[in-house]
Amino acid sequence: MPELQAPHAAAHPGRVEDHAPVVGQAEIDELREMARRLDGARVKMVNSTAVGGGVAEILNRLVPLLEDMGLPTKWEVITGGERFYAVTKAFHNALHGAPFAPQADWFDLFLATNEENRRRMDFSEEFVVIHDPQPVALVEGRQRLSNHWAWRCHIDLTRAHPGLWEFLQPYVERYDAALFSSPAFTKGVNISQILFYPTIDPLADKNRELSADFVQSVFESFGIDRKRPVLTQVSRFDRLKDPLGVIRAYRIVRRYFDCQLVLAGGGASDDPEGAAVLAEVHAAANHDPDIHILDLPPWSHREINALQRGSTIVIQKSLREGFGLTVSEALWKKRPVVASAVGGIPSQVIHKVTGMLVHSVEGCAYQLRYLLANPDFARRLGELGHQHVRENFLITSNLKRYLLLFHLLRRGMPPA
Amino acid sequence: MRVAREPFQFVAASYLVRVWPERAHTLGDMARVLRSCSDESIFYHTFQSLETHHYTAFSSDFAQWILAACNEAALAEQLAAIDLRSMVSLDALREELAGGVEQHLREHSGSADRPAFEPFHFCEALEVTMPVDRRAGNLRELAAGIRQLSLHTLAYHLITSRLRLKLATNDFSYWIEQNLGLPELARRINQLDFYTSTLEDLRAEIVAAIAGWDDP
Repeated sequence: MPELQAPHAAAHPGRVEDHAPVVGQAEIDELREMARRLDGARVKMVNSTAVGGGVAEILNRLVPLLEDMGLPTKWEVITGGERFYAVTKAFHNALHGAPFAPQADWFDLFLATNEENRRRMDFSEEFVVIHDPQPVALVEGRQRLSNHWAWRCHIDLTRAHPGLWEFLQPYVERYDAALFSSPAFTKGVNISQILFYPTIDPLADKNRELSADFVQSVFESFGIDRKRPVLTQVSRFDRLKDPLGVIRAYRIVRRYFDCQLVLAGGGASDDPEGAAVLAEVHAAANHDPDIHILDLPPWSHREINALQRGSTIVIQKSLREGFGLTVSEALWKKRPVVASAVGGIPSQVIHKVTGMLVHSVEGCAYQLRYLLANPDFARRLGELGHQHVRENFLITSNLKRYLLLFHLLRRGMPPA
Repeated sequence: MRVAREPFQFVAASYLVRVWPERAHTLGDMARVLRSCSDESIFYHTFQSLETHHYTAFSSDFAQWILAACNEAALAEQLAAIDLRSMVSLDALREELAGGVEQHLREHSGSADRPAFEPFHFCEALEVTMPVDRRAGNLRELAAGIRQLSLHTLAYHLITSRLRLKLATNDFSYWIEQNLGLPELARRINQLDFYTSTLEDLRAEIVAAIAGWDDP
């Protein structure tokens, strides 16, 4: 039987009070009061990967803050063999709308792996939050328990494969609430559907202020010339992030501007397709010296931070997206952003106000050209984007939503 | 300085947004669902959306969607211009909104079934409130407390309180009038235009109105 994988604790998790300079002491005081009234309730968070991807990153920051608020929080990661992860990757893609042709044993394998994990986990906490579809069937473990369960769905279910959703829905409806990143992702289930924006941590290595010297040194270490415009997409190498579309857009822009392209990312530990996509990206780049493909290890937070801060424009040309936290990261750094109008991105990018929304490769290229030609407008987008993130997408907002959820679950969610 | 008969109790208020299954894919859908959705949903998309719409053309979610997703600028403008402070009940507000859309569809029948660029999702706010260890017994203490409120809590006392107080006033004005006997100051604060100002601007205006009040 596989051992439980221990999630990495944040190197410097910080305290809630550390966020006071960003959000104000009044907000911190209210968070403390809300947490105090939960009387030290215990919380469990379960997801499918300890490193790589936005969910692990959120939990890595959120769990220490919940602990700091006096709520003992246990983060556990389910385990499974390579086949389980291949199946859940196919599930993930199908929930995003990709074709789905399940093999005969996929659903049994999925349930058996959930059951193995369920048997080895303890669910005695008052609040249990299960993240994403991979561990959704753990809810079978609540039969004799009187605690509260919520399912946090981080992905865009707008185009979910109907057959797969029909399989998952009965499990989802055994929870007390389902938490979605956008109203558009909700599925009309018979439990409360709550809006839960994902968030970034402004104090994390990936987002905190960096010295200009460090930013410059990172660009130099990768051989990127900051005297010329730098267009950057930060995303794991995944077809849904459309890295090949980004290269096509860059080639159109190159007809007008002597710019460079940076594609920075890595393969998450639950993503077996990452290596194949990376090879496709290298092939498409065709040894262009101005395309920098950076396959970075998951701990390269400061380097990613520097790349975002030092870029002229940040791109997120996803074909499907859960929320697209890299957009909020770039906006927080006051970067102009050109991003696809998919998933949760329109919540972050208000077209022509906090960034530019696009629907095609050609549209992406057009907006990149427009921003390169109009730097004052680009700067204004970055400023407003920063404010928008400050008000909506910082980790203290996420912390507050969880505290509110726990209060509402404890007193009884109003009927849906 | 006048001392209040009863102190003002500050409350910390926060919200989760619940998304209802109802969606409007066309203006015709919008007209229908506006008649059937919950009062909380009407309130959320008009009053509570004020907190999140500094950047968009209109503060009302309904108006913003009709502009951005249906490209019906005149109707959007009409709904955005509804004076929320003149509404005496959510029923009246619902009538104004639904009636406005219905009238528009009578005059532009082709608009009813044209698909919007994106659907409108009906939501409502689930509120959690808790008293905080802060009270005000006079105007100075009220201003000091208001300076320290989070924006959500400021919105609770200034905007969402209108639902409890039948849309006629807000917590601050009600307390100032009832407990300090200062109806003119109460009226001034109640007149602040929360539909076109940010919450931070409103905070500054309230504090300034109190500071400028001659109350020996």
